[in-house]
Amino acid sequence: MNLRIPMKLLIIIPAYNEETSLSGVIWDLRKNAPPADILVVNDGSRDATGRIAREMDVKLLDLPFNLGIGGAMQAGYRYAQRNSYEIAVQFDGDGQHVAGEIKKLLQPLATGAADIVVGSRFLTRGNYRVSALRGLGIWIFSFILSRLLGTAVTDSTSGFRAANRLVIEFFSRMYPDDYPEVEALVLLNKVNLRMIEVAVTMRERTGGRSSITAVRSVYYMTKVMLAILIDLMKKVR
Amino acid sequence: MDLLKILSIIVSASVLIFVVELIRRGRLKEKYALLWLLAGGILLILSASRDLLEYLSRFVGIYYPPSLLFLLAFLFLLLITLHFSVVISGLSEKNKKLAQEIALLRQEIQEVPNRKVKKQKKS
Repeated sequence: MNLRIPMKLLIIIPAYNEETSLSGVIWDLRKNAPPADILVVNDGSRDATGRIAREMDVKLLDLPFNLGIGGAMQAGYRYAQRNSYEIAVQFDGDGQHVAGEIKKLLQPLATGAADIVVGSRFLTRGNYRVSALRGLGIWIFSFILSRLLGTAVTDSTSGFRAANRLVIEFFSRMYPDDYPEVEALVLLNKVNLRMIEVAVTMRERTGGRSSITAVRSVYYMTKVMLAILIDLMKKVR
Repeated sequence: MDLLKILSIIVSASVLIFVVELIRRGRLKEKYALLWLLAGGILLILSASRDLLEYLSRFVGIYYPPSLLFLLAFLFLLLITLHFSVVISGLSEKNKKLAQEIALLRQEIQEVPNRKVKKQKKS
């Protein structure tokens, strides 16, 4: 018989070449996160990421080749959708997110204040350092997105999020490829799913490098703006 | 018959023959050949009939009729490449879905022995 007790919470870790940090991230989650299933989405890594996930006995989606963060994340959401999880948490594999902060994300979902909760580094004045150029980029983004979405967005590229069932259903149907963190917010807004930010602390990353370097910030911003513009025109089911 | 006319007839006719041959051998799907056939056919008709080419040129205001051939050929190529971009986008979306599906199925297969072991331990 295929009778299963439906687990409420799934933590999705998209991982591309994260062998140095992944086991630490999983330990942190087991120790400090609320009870949850942990799912690693191995996005065609060329290092030991998949093996580490297997050894640590977490659930593993092994993509046959690299899809990029958007495709990997959506695979995780589709897993959550099929296995009837009620809440999915996105958690980076590079060690910059703090497992103990997850409960802060779950609070607004529990009260029904929002459908997706984004953990923001910049909501309170912390000591999180960013380069001047990146700081400016983040500020311009925040300004435009806040206007566009009608709610405060201070950390639009944050990949530390918790989503309820409605968002899980939506993301498993449609998830952006190119700049998924930012674009996802625009798409959710189009289907009237509510987003809210909560202040969290993050660590300096223990492994890997940001996909956004300071030099490329301007180029990156222009492209994201374009992507947002297209998202605004897109038909959404 | 001037050289240009002969040349353009040969070119458009060979495009047409080549495309038909590719379809016959199953190397080209009809779905993707439609635009090629249309392009070859229209260019062949216009190459063969000087009167029609001149009439159409005058109609749209082109003074040198053969440049209408170039214009049409260019527009068809534009259309065909756009069609390809649309097809590729569809394929990459399907490709992504397949990769995700493979990963989800692999995970399900992994779960099967686990479940059996748990049941045996219980009993």
